[in-house]
Amino acid sequence: MSQRNPAASSMSAGLFEGSTRTIRSLADEDIAISVEGLNLYYGDTQALKNITMQIPKQRVTAFIGPSGCGKSTLLRCFNRMNDLVDSCRIEGAINLHGANIYDRKTDVAELRRQVGMVFQKPNPFPKTIYENVAYGLRLQGVNNKRVLDEVVERSIKAVGLWEEVKDRLQSNAFGLSGGQQQRLVIARAIAIEPEVILLDEPTSALDPISTAKIEELIEELKEKYTILIVTHNMQQAARVSDYTAYMYLGEMVEYADTMHLFTNPAQKATEDYITGRYG
Amino acid sequence: MESKRIGGHYSHRYDSELEEVVNRVLAMGGLVEAQLTNALRAFIEGDTQVAQEVTENDARVNSFEVSIDERCVEILARRQPAAMDLRLIVAVIKTITDLERIGDLAGAIARMALRQAEGDRPRKQLFRDIETMGNRVITMLHDALDAFARMDPAAAVNVVRQDFAIDSDHEAILRQNVTFMMEDSRNIGRMLDITYAARALERVGDHARNMCEYTIYLVKGRDVRHIDLKEMEAIATGTVPGEK
Repeated sequence: MSQRNPAASSMSAGLFEGSTRTIRSLADEDIAISVEGLNLYYGDTQALKNITMQIPKQRVTAFIGPSGCGKSTLLRCFNRMNDLVDSCRIEGAINLHGANIYDRKTDVAELRRQVGMVFQKPNPFPKTIYENVAYGLRLQGVNNKRVLDEVVERSIKAVGLWEEVKDRLQSNAFGLSGGQQQRLVIARAIAIEPEVILLDEPTSALDPISTAKIEELIEELKEKYTILIVTHNMQQAARVSDYTAYMYLGEMVEYADTMHLFTNPAQKATEDYITGRYG
Repeated sequence: MESKRIGGHYSHRYDSELEEVVNRVLAMGGLVEAQLTNALRAFIEGDTQVAQEVTENDARVNSFEVSIDERCVEILARRQPAAMDLRLIVAVIKTITDLERIGDLAGAIARMALRQAEGDRPRKQLFRDIETMGNRVITMLHDALDAFARMDPAAAVNVVRQDFAIDSDHEAILRQNVTFMMEDSRNIGRMLDITYAARALERVGDHARNMCEYTIYLVKGRDVRHIDLKEMEAIATGTVPGEK
């Protein structure tokens, strides 16, 4: 690109290089997760086909695609939630800190501490607001009240819920609104200091204001955490993510910086999907 | 309009909204082209009636601009267009700004025709070069609209090329006018009018060039403003490696 048009050249800056938009080789310390040749089968059905991608640290990466494209399946691979499905078989590798999380030696409980997850429907435990957030630490054997108080307050503040709940920390979490519950669940996830947060359609059950608060929160959380989000709402992916992956029938069709993907996708299939066309 | 580029949405209504916007741009373009043609004729032939019509029609050009902008804002708000659809709306919003400016320039030429009619008619040959330049500009505007209608980036680059001839016409007229003015100072008033008209036509060429750049952006997704022609051509004809 010509020197005289810096705006045009800066558009393609970032993880993806130049007009060819091949992924730039990231320095190891900038990669949170790297996926190599991942295949996933449910029985005879192949749900993920040869997925290879690098997910940058402390950025928001969104996964979009029609229902059944494999985006939630892929997200669940990152903390081995698919282990709970009997017929599920996985090939390939997902490296976190250079170690394959599907290695036999992996401590899955420790993995899930490092890689937290938030689901579509808020799922607080039937406990007090305080105990919901303290839960993870208590599991780790932390019972010092001063430490717990501090972490609970810090986590709830981090999700912007403190002013709303500080006077009723001992009330049942079910008394909160859906949006508040979802933020509480995120507070619970970050209380144990994960590195990666997986969000599986975190706002699809929420009203627009609660959604806006969660999106704002995502923006703040990426300063400390690597965030992966699956969303059916393309505008949401466009608003909150730095990088977007478009998946279709278990394949990664296109993975690019979000600005590029939404203004000038390289693949016609991506264009058809994001503009609401039939291919 | 190559409707396969804008059509094909699950929402047929969305298809027709985009088609309607494009059709209105083309209708506006047709009107502006007629305005420019008539203004030039009025200026060269001293036809005050046509000049009068051009100045009156300018309001229609303006209302096209306002109503198309309104439709674009509505589509942005309701549909949140992405990719090519988004680029189409951006290109349209920018294109109609240039078309409106061309309309203003046609109006300015028409007003000069009205003013000139008050004095003696100058010798016809003084207008020969401006007529040549004017026809070139009208062709360029026509081709720019055509490249947009067909969403043809290669054609758009060819139109951009026409601007060079227009710029050199402009320079030639300026040089010639200076000579005429030096020959006989009574010519100065007339020659200034012709100079202004040539300047207006040269500006029309620039606006037509802008429209071509939006067409290339619309189809190729690349901003080709302020880059050299060779690079623009490579982008428009898809010879840049890795581009679609």
